[in-house]
Formats: sequence, structure tokens, C-alpha cells
Amino acid sequence: MNPVIVYSVVVLGLVAAGAAVILFVVAKKFKVDEDPRIDEVTEMLPGANCGGCGYPGCRGLAEALVRATDKGDLGGLMCPPGGNETMARIGEYLGVAVEEAGPTVAVVRCGGSRAKAPAKLEYDGPERCSIAHSLFAGESGCAYGCLGLGDCVTACDFDAIHMNRETGLPEVDEEKCVSCGACVTACPRNLIEIRPLGRNGRRVWVACMNREPGGVARKACKAACIGCGLCVKACPEKIQAITLENNLAYIDPAKCIACGLCIPVCPTGAIQATFEPVKPKPKAAAAATAPSGS
Amino acid sequence: MRLRTFPKGGVHPSENKISAGETIQVLPIPSRVQLHLGQHLGAPAVPVVSKGDRVRVGSRIAEGKSFISAHLHSSVSGTVAKIDDVIDASGYRRPAVVIDVDGDEWEADIDRSPELIREIKVDAETIVERIKAAGVVGLGGACFPTHVKYIFPEGKRADTVIINAVECEPYLTSDHRLMLERADEILVGVQILMRAARVESAIIGIEANKPDAIEIMSRKARSLPGIEVIPLKVQYPQGAEKQLIKALLNREVPSGRLPLDVGCVVNNVGTALAVYEAVQKNKPLVERVVTFTGRHLPATGNFLVRLGVPAADMAAHLGIELDEETAKVISGGPMMGKAIAGLDVPVTKGTSGIVLLSESHARRHQVQNCIRCSRCITVCPMGLEPWLLEKMAQLDRFEECESAGAADCIECGSCSYTCPSSRPLLDFIRYGKVNVMRIRAARRQK
Amino acid sequence: MSRNLVLSLSPHDKGGENVQKIMWGVVIALSPALLASFYYFGWNAMRVVLLGMVFCMGTEYLVQTFMIKQKSTFMDGSAAVTGLLLSFNVPASIPWWQLLVGSVVAIGIAKMAFGGLGKNPFNPALVGRAFMLASFPVHMTSWPKPLENAWSFGVDAVTAATPLGKLSEGGVAALPELGSLDLYKDLLLGRVGGCIGETAAIAILIGGVYMLFRGIITWHIPLIYLASLAATTGIFWMLDPGKYADPLFHVLAGGAMLGAWFMATDMVTSPMTSGGQVIFALGGGVICGLIRLFGAYPEGCSYSILIMNAFVPLIDRAFPPRRFGREVKHG
Repeated sequence: MNPVIVYSVVVLGLVAAGAAVILFVVAKKFKVDEDPRIDEVTEMLPGANCGGCGYPGCRGLAEALVRATDKGDLGGLMCPPGGNETMARIGEYLGVAVEEAGPTVAVVRCGGSRAKAPAKLEYDGPERCSIAHSLFAGESGCAYGCLGLGDCVTACDFDAIHMNRETGLPEVDEEKCVSCGACVTACPRNLIEIRPLGRNGRRVWVACMNREPGGVARKACKAACIGCGLCVKACPEKIQAITLENNLAYIDPAKCIACGLCIPVCPTGAIQATFEPVKPKPKAAAAATAPSGS
Repeated sequence: MRLRTFPKGGVHPSENKISAGETIQVLPIPSRVQLHLGQHLGAPAVPVVSKGDRVRVGSRIAEGKSFISAHLHSSVSGTVAKIDDVIDASGYRRPAVVIDVDGDEWEADIDRSPELIREIKVDAETIVERIKAAGVVGLGGACFPTHVKYIFPEGKRADTVIINAVECEPYLTSDHRLMLERADEILVGVQILMRAARVESAIIGIEANKPDAIEIMSRKARSLPGIEVIPLKVQYPQGAEKQLIKALLNREVPSGRLPLDVGCVVNNVGTALAVYEAVQKNKPLVERVVTFTGRHLPATGNFLVRLGVPAADMAAHLGIELDEETAKVISGGPMMGKAIAGLDVPVTKGTSGIVLLSESHARRHQVQNCIRCSRCITVCPMGLEPWLLEKMAQLDRFEECESAGAADCIECGSCSYTCPSSRPLLDFIRYGKVNVMRIRAARRQK
Repeated sequence: MSRNLVLSLSPHDKGGENVQKIMWGVVIALSPALLASFYYFGWNAMRVVLLGMVFCMGTEYLVQTFMIKQKSTFMDGSAAVTGLLLSFNVPASIPWWQLLVGSVVAIGIAKMAFGGLGKNPFNPALVGRAFMLASFPVHMTSWPKPLENAWSFGVDAVTAATPLGKLSEGGVAALPELGSLDLYKDLLLGRVGGCIGETAAIAILIGGVYMLFRGIITWHIPLIYLASLAATTGIFWMLDPGKYADPLFHVLAGGAMLGAWFMATDMVTSPMTSGGQVIFALGGGVICGLIRLFGAYPEGCSYSILIMNAFVPLIDRAFPPRRFGREVKHG
């Protein structure tokens, strides 16, 4: 046989054997005892490491889950992207009861599109909401509205939120959104809220965060909530889901039954819904603009 | 003689001191003024008047309650119309006192005679008291309450008062005009500050592009012991406290420390005048000199403006309207000033000038990739690496921002000014710095 | 108010420098060497230089337009500089297709694959040249004799060995004119065999001084690179002048001048602080000297720069600028 081949095989074999011995010794010597359940639970999690649970990555949550199990219950720990299905499987494996949470989705609470809130100023700088926010109120002059530079889009790990070029507002893709909350933290104006998906995906929300008095808010944006309170009155008496505070209406998702009665009464069309509301009675419809269902 | 300057970094933007030849005019008082409660660095002042109260010029309308804060005085006489949130220069709402003007009646104890009072009768404590009572803040733009600088912590001593008459920002000429027109009062103010700091020497640093001011100040200071006027080579940002001390005394303020740690107290030349008026004339800070300028404007000027008067009044006085040509309005100088949303904003204690830029100067250039030319490192007066800070801030890696010295940045803008790729360096450094400060504050809480 | 005002964060003023001005400034600085190459190598030099620039800029355009799908910046001057430098680093007799391969490697692999302008760790022109030298060793090392047949077509070029080549093959004995003034004059003026742009030291020097004057480069890299090369070769020359050539010869011969002034100073691939630049240039000069004295290749300039390019991130970390107020005592 060719000596070159022999030597190669022998030398490489020796090197490999030496390396194997070192690896074996090191692995034994530096072995860290770890709860094997952590690995198992990590496997069950989606593995996106999105941080939506509040822990650094899926392993962080797995550790927390195992620790919580030893204390008795999961204490509200939840993997938002994994959802109930994942949590149920983990609960079964760890032998603890898991409370079921309803499906949720991110919702953008601003209706200040380019048409409704036209630019009165021009921002010239890096495409970062956080930077523009430190500079001024915004191109439309609304100090509460969307700056349209897409910090939420950058923050999303699931490709679930996109800028609509026409309106200049972000739109959430319901199918892809796992309500991890990354966009909620990223938005310097706190415009995004995680709300229940709603029965059959029906949900209603006030697409405005402007707490200015009506006149001021209207000056910046035609779709602003002016705090008139018509929606509060329109909400069925038994439900009482809408509250008005600081010139701003808020629909409590826990109470709202998504009847849609508040939508047509809003004079500015600040209330948005995922469904087409029932045809308003002619009287109330006078000032109402039809909200866009997304 | 070779002129002194700071050794590392700096740029030399076009000076554009168009309004240098315009004498200071007194601007008429409008029918209504807006006085923001947060005109200074530190906690906002707390109003001590209420709606409907009668006030005179110099009446105290709000008090600075915390250690770093300043009082606010009415700049007009009239009635308090409301105390409410008013939209400020950036479009956000901030608390302000709005006063409807009625005549021009001053508080009785204010000496309004033009007579120069040279003799300083009071001691250091009283001086600091009076400065505080008059609501004097740094008029260079940072608006740090002046009296706080003269309350020395235990064991600290100063040996020199430095008067910042550099005015290194392009366009602005208000300090320049003050030196030409009110040199005597300024020099008495400097002597007062020397007594307040208990020091024997003061240095007035003036950039060489103001030879007339250097001449007047040197001539008048000659008879005054301890005051020296030093001309400086024109270089931006020489008006930054740390760079000025380095240029004049070759002392380096350690990172995160104050000028007092190297035995200096630095005040703006306009502040010296305000101190003179506060101590010798009992006059609170109710007006200041503002430059209104722009390269494309038919007229420019320097105005003595009451606080709270809208900037638009200056424009109207000069016969200027915001038209197609003006694309950007800056409060302050073009290097460190703030772009504002219009001329309706009121003049505050920190408004050193209003600069209007035309379309060709208003917009940033196309951003390109960093070519690692290292010009930002060369021009950074603080010895930072702006390109690195930008990169780290962009990636939200604030720990790295901190170790790369983001907190040391003085936001002079030399890096962005010089970058051949027009990168938004300072925008991101500032973003990183804010977050570094936030993280540090959180760490201290723990 | 009749228009929307522009708002941005400070500063609102901007200096006059931009990437285009810097890059085309380098092209201007290269023009004396370009003229010298036309004088010595005639049509061939012109052909290679034009092709090199067209190939490089074309590659950049095609990659940006069809692969990255962005607006092309091929006119920003950086591809032109790469094209010029690449063609300066090949013999005038190089076949066009080899130059094309070199250009595609330089722009496509060494530059665009790393993210384009400013992102490349290695000097693209040198990567292209190294690739060509490894792929086409024969063509890359046959040098037309300067001034002969320069302005005639179709005549096979007379080949001439470069001074460094002779030295490497036969030692000092192969270069009997070593030490005579004529040799240095030839080296200075470029009357020797070699790559298109590297021979006329004086022309390169003029361009380098122009760049210094314009503020495109600082003195650190070129001067220290040449000094370090001279020192490395000088030590051995002093030990045994009969075996080693003198340092002045090394500084003027081959690509040292072109490398020191134009390749090592490439801002993208050199350290950013002056301290780092000094280390970078020192290392480059030593490596170049060692390759020339003991390496297999007669010329080591381009490899020395490529090797030091690899250390740039480390050097940048190790030599940060002096921070204001960080190294002073306070009390």
C-alpha cells in the first residue's frame, strides 16, 4: 500500500483518538447537572426566542416554567406565540394545570392616515420612530399619533406587522401575529395594544390615543377621538364597555360584545372594527363616516 | 502670537455672522405672552400665581422648588389669562403661564435707570441669593440655573471664573452685540461672579472673528485687576464648557465631572450681564438678546426681547414672512439648535437666536455606507468614535454604547457635519446616550 | 405660512465633503501615474486601464441592479478607483479576459459579497490581483519592456524581468547595476519592467502628495510603511551588503510606492485611528520586506497589505482614540 495513505490514516487516527479522549475527560469533569425537564420543555416551545414571554429566549421561559412547577402552579406564565395548545402540552408534561387564555392579537390604536391627518411638517432624519419622537410631535402635529417610521415593523420577529404605504400606518396580519408584545414595547407612543381576538374574530376598538380636547385633536387629525361621549351612550346599558377619560374613549375588551352599535355614532370615525357594522339608523348616520374594516 | 484653541477635534463651519453689524433693538411688547414653566435645566418651576392675578414686570410667577431649578418672573404687566399646557416649539404640550398684557408697569424695587453701578456692596452669599431670586440661568443655550454653579460642594474650591464669549455657533451674534454695546455692565457682572466664586482671576475667551469685541473688552478690562481677555482661534465647538477650559487653561475636565473639579466656573457673557442686572439693579431675568437671521432674508437683526414674546414678532418687525423660500426654522444656532415647527413659539431664557434656512440648506443629503474614512474620529472633540457609537445604537446595543463613551458626547454635531457619507451619526448617538442614561438611572435605583 | 417646514435633529449645517469627491479625488491623484504608464506602455496600458475601469464599474452596476436589486452607485468613484488600481497592478500585456476575471473577483467577491462600499475587509483591487496571480501566473509575470513598441499594434511585447524579479532569481549578482545612480533614476522615472502603474515612483509620489494636501489621507500609513520596509531590508543590507539589496532600492522598486500611497491607505480597509494606522503600516512594511527577502515571490507588497487588512478589526479595537477627560487624575 502507498505509504502516504498509511501514514495519513495513522496520524489522523491518532489525532482523532487524542481529541476524543480530551473531549471525554472535559465532558465528564465539567458536567453541569441540570434538570432534564428544562431541555424537554424547551423542545416543546416554538423556538423563536422572541422574548414575548418576558424571558430571554425560549430556554429562559422553560427554566421559569420548571421552577414554577416545583412551586406548585405556573403562576400565569405563558408562551404567547405557542398559545394554549403549546401550554397545554407543557402542562401535561410537567403535570400541572394550565389556565386557558383566549387568543389575542395586536391592535393599532391610531387612525391618523395620510388623508385624515395630513402632514403639516416634514421630518428629515433616520427612519426611526424613537428618534422622531424625541424631536417633535409628528408631521401631522398630533403628539399622540403614529409617526409612521416603522419601529414596530422592525421589532416584529414574525413578519406580522407591515406599513401600509398609502395610509402611512402599520397594519397587523392577524394570521401571523402571536401577540408577543414586541411592537407594544417598540412603539414610543404606546399605540399598540394586545387585545383578545374576539369571538369569530369580531372586535372593536378606539383607533386613537389623543387626549387633547376635541378641538385641538381635530385640528391635527380628522379621525381623532374628540371625547364627545356619543359612543358611551350608544353602548348597551347592560354592557357599559366604553369609558371616557381625558377626552379619550376606551373600549374594555373584557366587556365588549362586539355589537358594533358604537361605530356609526362616532362623528369622526375613530372607532374601528374587524367587521362591517350594522347599517346605522338614518339619523345617527348623518355625521358618521364608515370605518374601514381591516 | 499663535492663538489658543482646544487641541483635538473640531470643525470650522461657514460663520455666516450676517447680523453682526445690527445694533440691538428693543422689540415692542405684544398683547399676550406665554411663559413656559420649564425654561431651564432641571425641575420645572411651580406657579405661584393663579388665573386672574395682576402681575407687573418682574413679579415672580413661578418658583423653582428643587435644588436644580430656577424661578420665573413675569416679563410684562397684565393679568394672568390661564395656567395651562401650551404647545411648545416641538409640538408637544408643556405647562405655561399665559399673561394678557396691559401697560408696562414694573415692580417698584427694580432700578431701571441706565446708570452704571460699579461698586459691589454685597458679599458672596448675598450675590448667590440675588442671582437665584432673579431666576438667572445660563443664557448660552443650556439654561443651567446660574446660582447652582456657585453653591460649591464641601471641599471644592475654584480659582478662575471663565466667561464664555466664544459664540462659536454660526449665524448667532447676540453675545457679540452685547459685548460691543454693554461692555461696562458685563465687566461689573464678571467682577460680581468673581466675588461669588471667591476667586481673584477671570478669563474672558473671545474667538478671533470678533476683533471689535476683543478690542473693546480688552481696553475696558485693562483697568480691572484679575480680568484677562484672551482671543481664541475660530474653531467649533469652542463654546462647549470642557473645550473652552482646555483651550484657555489647558486643564481637562475628567469624564463625568464638572468644571469645578478643575477649579473653574464657566458662565456665558450674556449671563454675566444678567447677573449684573440681578445684583446691582435688582432686575430679574425678564428679557434677553435674540438674533434673528438667515442668509436668504432681506433683513436681519438683534433684538432685546421680553420672555414669552413669539418669535414671529421679530419677523414682523423686520418685515419678513415665512414664504416658500424658508424651509427650516431653527431655535438656536445651526449646529446645536432645535428645528421648530413655526415662528409662533415664544422666546425663552435659552433662545439665543432664530435662524431661518432656505431649501438648499434645510435638507440632509443622501445617506451612504460608512467608508471608514475616520473623519468623525478626527473631528470629535471628546475623542469618541462616532461611527462605532452610531452602529451600536442602531442595533440597540446600549452596553457597548456605554463602554464606548456615549455619555461623554457633548452633542456638538461635528461628526454629522463632517461625515462624507452624510450618516445620521449624532441622531443615533443621542438615541444611544438617552438609553445609556436610562440604564444608569435604573442601575442606581437598584 | 405657505409651505411645510422641514424638521430634523441638529446639526443643521453640513460640511462640503462627500464620498464622490473623495473617490474621484483618488482618481485624480492616480492620474500622474496613469500618464506615466501611457508614456511607457502606450496603447496596451490605455487598453488595460480602460478595460479595468469598465469591468469594475460594470460588475458593480450588474451586481447592484440584478442581484441586490437596489439603485446602483457604480458612479460614486469607488469602483473606478478599484478598476484603476487593479489595472495598475497587472502587466500591460495582460489578456482582456483575465482582467475581466480579476475585476469580477475584485468587485463581485471582495466587495459586493461583503455588503458593498465600506463593508469589505480586504482591498478589492488587491484581492483581484492576488486571484489573478494565483490563476494566471505566467501572464501575470511577463512584463513588457517599457518604451518599446509602446505605440505600435500587434507586435509581441519584448519581455523584461523586473528588478525585484532579477534579485529574487539570481540574488544581488543578477543586478550588477545595484548601487549605481542610473538604476535609482530608472526606478524613480519608471524605466523598468513591471506592472502598469507601479513603475514610475515619482508619478506616484506626486499623486500621494496631492492626496495629503487634499486631506484624503494622512501621512501615517505611507511614510511609516515605507520607513518600516526600509528598516527591515536595511538591517539585512547592513549585515551583508553582498547578499541583500539596499533599502532605497527596495523602497523604489516594485509596487512598494503604489502600495504604500494608494493601497494601504484605502480608508475602508485600514485602521481608523492614527495609532492603529502606525501599527498597520509598521506591520505591512515588515511583512513586505520579509517576503521580498525570504519569500517565494519576488514581490510581497500586495500580500503584506492583504495580511494587515485582516488585522484591521483587531487593531481598531486595540487602538481607540484618546478620550477627553478619561486619562486625567481628578481630586
